[in-house]
Amino acid sequence: MSALMELKNIKGGKQENTDNKVALVFLAPWIIGLLAITMIPLIASLVLSFTNYRLTSRRTEFLGIENYARMFADDRMWQSIKVTLTYVLVSTPFQLALALGIAVLLNQGMKGLPFYRSVFYLPSLMGSSVAIALLWTRIFGAQGLVSTILAKLGIIESPDYSWMGDTRTALITIMILHVWTFGSPMIIFLAGLRQIPSMYYEAASVDGAGKWIQFWRITMPLLSPIIFFNLILQIIGAFQSFTQAYIVSGGTGGPVDSTLFYSLYIYETGFVNKLEMGYASAMAWFLVVIITIFTAANFYLSKYWVFYDD
Amino acid sequence: MTDLATTTAPTSPRELSAEDRRHAKRPVPTGQRVKSVIKHILLVAAACVMIYPLIWMLVSSLRPGDLIFRTPGLVFDNFTTENYEYGWDALGRPFGTYMINSVIVSAGSILGNVVTCSLAAYAFARLRFTAKNILFAIMLLTIMLPFHVLIVPQYIVFSKLGMLGTFWPLILPKLLATDAFFVFLLVQFIRGLPRELDEAALIDGCGHFRIFFNIIMPLLVPAIATTAIFTFIWTWNDFFGSLLYLSGREELYTVQLGLRAFQDSSGLTNWGAIFAMSVLSLIPIFLAFLFGQRFLIRGIATTGIK
Repeated sequence: MSALMELKNIKGGKQENTDNKVALVFLAPWIIGLLAITMIPLIASLVLSFTNYRLTSRRTEFLGIENYARMFADDRMWQSIKVTLTYVLVSTPFQLALALGIAVLLNQGMKGLPFYRSVFYLPSLMGSSVAIALLWTRIFGAQGLVSTILAKLGIIESPDYSWMGDTRTALITIMILHVWTFGSPMIIFLAGLRQIPSMYYEAASVDGAGKWIQFWRITMPLLSPIIFFNLILQIIGAFQSFTQAYIVSGGTGGPVDSTLFYSLYIYETGFVNKLEMGYASAMAWFLVVIITIFTAANFYLSKYWVFYDD
Repeated sequence: MTDLATTTAPTSPRELSAEDRRHAKRPVPTGQRVKSVIKHILLVAAACVMIYPLIWMLVSSLRPGDLIFRTPGLVFDNFTTENYEYGWDALGRPFGTYMINSVIVSAGSILGNVVTCSLAAYAFARLRFTAKNILFAIMLLTIMLPFHVLIVPQYIVFSKLGMLGTFWPLILPKLLATDAFFVFLLVQFIRGLPRELDEAALIDGCGHFRIFFNIIMPLLVPAIATTAIFTFIWTWNDFFGSLLYLSGREELYTVQLGLRAFQDSSGLTNWGAIFAMSVLSLIPIFLAFLFGQRFLIRGIATTGIK
């Protein structure tokens, strides 16, 4: 089902290596890519994170852990962590819950399943584009769709209110955009639901279990590995969000840093302001640490709620 | 549950329709019918909310700019194409330039991903070689690596190679199978193909290259289609890469960067034109969805990503 599942199942042990030469040819592009595009840059960015490297300056000094120390005193960095964590921890569960709910509803032999599936899936293909981010600024901006409608209904006073210009609600508008793209996890859940043998449900209803009990006792346990892996991948993905926050805030992370995503701050530090690439690398590595901690914690917690029947 | 990890076979259509028929024969109690109606109402309402923004953008792009926000409904009054005419030439270059640039980057990326990822996938799925498990694990881990830790050194290297302001930084990684997600997708698919086919060919004296090109490739077409369509959508939507590597070279702007330039230059005034160009930028995605939905759905259902 997922790359993570696969990773868990890899077994060690000896095997014959009869195809070494052929394999080298088949794998040549991938190996070159792994080294040149992934591994060497990975090590290089770790090294850079201990320096004050700038693309434009000739002198590069080794700083030790100074970049990392500076990070802990950097208020904007903590603000960006706060924004990103809020975004990840609030919108991901909402998105997955909606995806699961709709998938379960659609799976009950609904007529018109292909139609609903398409309508719910389409937004997730467009959600990361600039066009949708621009559209969002017109939905939640001053005199935008939402304010105009709410003002007409008399719920808010003036259509000039901007949900994006208000530090309290700016982040929420981007979260709504994320929840709007629930279609792709929904498709994965639908595929998972199809694998649950219908005799489980038949047996349960013979025993007098209602739909609600069936959901919690059959659907949830059997679907839990898929929910778990979706959770991990969506969290990793959400940590890396960039485009929506960039467009919605006009590249600034505003108003008053209320949408300063971590990716946005790294970009600003390394590529816009003073081109402080050493410091940006340190921030990137700190993100890896955070993501790793989250993933590890998820794996640890999974033994309390994820059910494997093998 | 582990078999979920590898099952690729979708339920056959015949099986489904047989089940539908059984459902149809059963007499439906009134209570259940009411429930079913409620469910449909819920779903229709949800579908409307989901799709409303897109329809609104489309309808608005065909109305005079000053009317868009005064009456935010879906009415087709004062139909006009002026937003498209104005928007097409509003920036320094016709919007078509950006569309063509995006097509070039997408085509290069698709070609790269399809060829190099399926080569690597064949090796992982069928060949025996040293350190295969370790390399496979590394490949899977690169899927989950956040791109932030790579961009700074990559940017430095591309700048030293004189490739800033060219399409190379966007296409070159795809020619080197760095989209490991697709390697994984294709590995899964090849594993599902019967081994007897290539074993028979091997006994007949076929080398691995002939097996790959003559036997595996033709059977791999659905998975290659999935790879191509996903690559297209992700490349077409990619904003960060273009922003990083193409900034300042307006003649090379991709659609996403063009739209961003629009946001800057028109100073948030001409929303009709911005909507019009946004709609144009989404049409290729919509077409990919329309014609490739089958492959997309199978792709994410079998690999569980995105």
